[in-house]
Amino acid sequence: MTTEAIIWLIPLPPLLAFFLIVLFTNRSKTLSHIVALLAAFLSWLGGMFVFWRAINVEHLGVHPFTSSIPWMPTGNTWFEIGVQIDPLSAVTLFFVAWTVLMIFIYSVGYHNFGQPRGDQDRPGLPPHGSTVKDAHGHAHKVPSIEPMYSRFFAFIGLFAFGMFLLVVTNNLLILFVGWEIMGLCSYLLIGFWYGKPSARAAMIKAFITTRVGDVFMLLGIAYLYFATGTLSYNEIFSNPETLYQLATTSTGFLGLSVAGLVGLLLFIGAVGKSAQWPLHVWLPDAMEGPTPVSAMIHAATMVSAGVYMVIRIFPLLAAGAEPGYPTQTMTVIAFIGTFTAIFAATIALAQNDIKRVLAYSTISQLGFMFAAIGIGAYVAAVFHLVMHAFFKALLFLGSGSVIHGMEHGVLHTGDHSDPQDMFNMGGLRKKMPVTFWTFVIGGFALAGFPLITAGFWSKDMIFAEAFGNSHWGVFITLALAALFTAFYTMRQITLTFLGAPRSEPAHHAVESKWTMTLPLVVLAFFSITAGWSGIEHDFPLIGGILPNWMHDFVGATLQEHPELLEFSLIPLFVSLVVSLGGLSLGWLTYRKVKVGDADPLMKPLGPVYTLLKNKYYFDELYDWAFVRPSIWFAETFVYLWVDKKVIDGILHWIAYITSVIGHFLRTYIDKLIVNGFGALVGEGTKRTGRSIRIIQTGRVQQYMISALVTIVVISAVFYYLLILTP
Amino acid sequence: MVPLSWYLLLAAALFSVGLYGVLARKNAIAILMGIELMLNAVNVNLVAFWRYRTPELIAGQAFAVIVFATAAAEVAVGLALIISIYRRRNTVVAEDIDLLKF
Repeated sequence: MTTEAIIWLIPLPPLLAFFLIVLFTNRSKTLSHIVALLAAFLSWLGGMFVFWRAINVEHLGVHPFTSSIPWMPTGNTWFEIGVQIDPLSAVTLFFVAWTVLMIFIYSVGYHNFGQPRGDQDRPGLPPHGSTVKDAHGHAHKVPSIEPMYSRFFAFIGLFAFGMFLLVVTNNLLILFVGWEIMGLCSYLLIGFWYGKPSARAAMIKAFITTRVGDVFMLLGIAYLYFATGTLSYNEIFSNPETLYQLATTSTGFLGLSVAGLVGLLLFIGAVGKSAQWPLHVWLPDAMEGPTPVSAMIHAATMVSAGVYMVIRIFPLLAAGAEPGYPTQTMTVIAFIGTFTAIFAATIALAQNDIKRVLAYSTISQLGFMFAAIGIGAYVAAVFHLVMHAFFKALLFLGSGSVIHGMEHGVLHTGDHSDPQDMFNMGGLRKKMPVTFWTFVIGGFALAGFPLITAGFWSKDMIFAEAFGNSHWGVFITLALAALFTAFYTMRQITLTFLGAPRSEPAHHAVESKWTMTLPLVVLAFFSITAGWSGIEHDFPLIGGILPNWMHDFVGATLQEHPELLEFSLIPLFVSLVVSLGGLSLGWLTYRKVKVGDADPLMKPLGPVYTLLKNKYYFDELYDWAFVRPSIWFAETFVYLWVDKKVIDGILHWIAYITSVIGHFLRTYIDKLIVNGFGALVGEGTKRTGRSIRIIQTGRVQQYMISALVTIVVISAVFYYLLILTP
Repeated sequence: MVPLSWYLLLAAALFSVGLYGVLARKNAIAILMGIELMLNAVNVNLVAFWRYRTPELIAGQAFAVIVFATAAAEVAVGLALIISIYRRRNTVVAEDIDLLKF
């Protein structure tokens, strides 16, 4: 089979798994997860094969693996769909395949496969645990299996299909299809425990918020199709003439060129999907879903799709830019990304829920990537995207493992303190060693711990690009955001794992099963080694030992190969200071937190802490600005006024008029004329019959006499008429 | 030769006698006989017209034969009806056979 055929086949197994589970195997939990895991494994296998082929081909950027078929007739031409693997999609495919497979494996353990059914578990609610009796007759409360286990695997199967489809496609329309499939799965999986009102609210919030972005994205795609007549990557992004034309045609809207406007619209779609300010509000709430979902959808893959798409359209964004003078759209992207990076990082400082901290750090890190795109650092954005996918998936899965251990403690002790609140944890280092060490690796990668972690290299590359191209605002803000990142990461690690346990459940937490720890170990491996693919050549001491593969490989996607920057020690120094400084500050601040202590930041920050704790009141602001007006519009304006008064009023009026007309017709037309005529005919016939029936005597001879008389009379008449008066 | 009108007068007389019999007699068998008279009056007419008008064709005679056959059949049916009525109601008086009234 050719490589192209394999690429076509990569997305299919998860889709088949989805239908198989939904239609046939959903009664059997074992069969369902075997089907799903097998599908993820096949896609992983295909992905690895394609990746291996991709890195062994010369000039993949100029001659990507591509194949397409005519799909939809558009007048005289055909709209073609197909697959394409160029360096960008190859590296994306690599991390998507790995994270998807790991998360599938992790889900088996996370949903307590192999545990007994719960005593009071019901579909739509998280498992409550079940009581078992041991050999000595003691009753124990142990975790119970998820009631909707098969359903979960069906959904993540469909999700994986959407993601693979998005990665392997060669045009924006199918990308949008995959994008929306993931949006649907995100909705279904955030509300997986639909028995919880908070999960229901979160699923609706996520769906509607991303929909805002998607509408603009669809507009952008439509405009691009209108302007160029194609949506294929190759025909638009690799064609200098088309790009030149798009960049020089003005739209008359804010002085933007077609390329600028389309880029802006598509970027708004990515803002929704990748949870950038101001559409970031859905992602923290999306943590209502099961943790593998948070890891997969809301950290590693789906939110990366937004960044992937913007990186994909980078030639369009950069079209018409002079060196040192980015386009307006790029400036907007850089601003939004930088702002989001610092904005979300500050919120993360004051969150106590272990998953919410990670959610805000995801938003912040995605902001780093957008900032990198905005300043034209194409390779740095891709690099950070890949690294982030690994270490953030690791962190989320690690936090899921922590929560799992805490829930075990909750069941064991019957102490119902919140198993997700970091202030209830502490001392888990010894209880959950694998989770601890992998979490530290992930956390240090997030914080950019120098030299060994992947996050350091990718973040350093962004700093170097911002510094080298003199984007001082971006550079300083991102450095500050990185400092906060390191701080809250260490805060999280310290509160969760170090010190002494601060609650009963934390005392009795246990390490998770191998199905959960194996993915952690694998992802931890990538969180360290993946970064070595992008070490700058001039880096002191270790530069040049390994080639800067990331730059050479991914940079080749672009028509103009991006130039390597002059190496500078200043961004490196800043990077070291913020990560190490943040980490040590975090450790110093939180190492002595005792049971019942308030957050040590609360006092020095004062009202600012409250502001951060409440996420700058964005939820309240949106509630006041959008939700309540919408509810008022729906309930008061549309329902009470338009519907009840105007539309119902018109209907009632029509009904009244009709009733009056009907009454008139009935009384004067129907009863009088129609019924009268009917009665007349009936009655008349009856009377006539009654009066003439006396002549029917039954006597033959009388009939004959009357016949004779009739004949004589008729004959006489005819005789008179025909003979006498001719 | 006897003129045609004589035959026609005979036939008319015969018809009238038959008609009178049909209308005035009480006995159903007599009524049937009146009908036979009227049929035969028609036969006389047919034969007379044939002899005087179209002697070269055979249609008139053929018609008369058909009328005979019809009359024979009619008598057979009629008498059978009368016998049947007689058996059930024990009368052949036409006045009494009046079930076909309202």
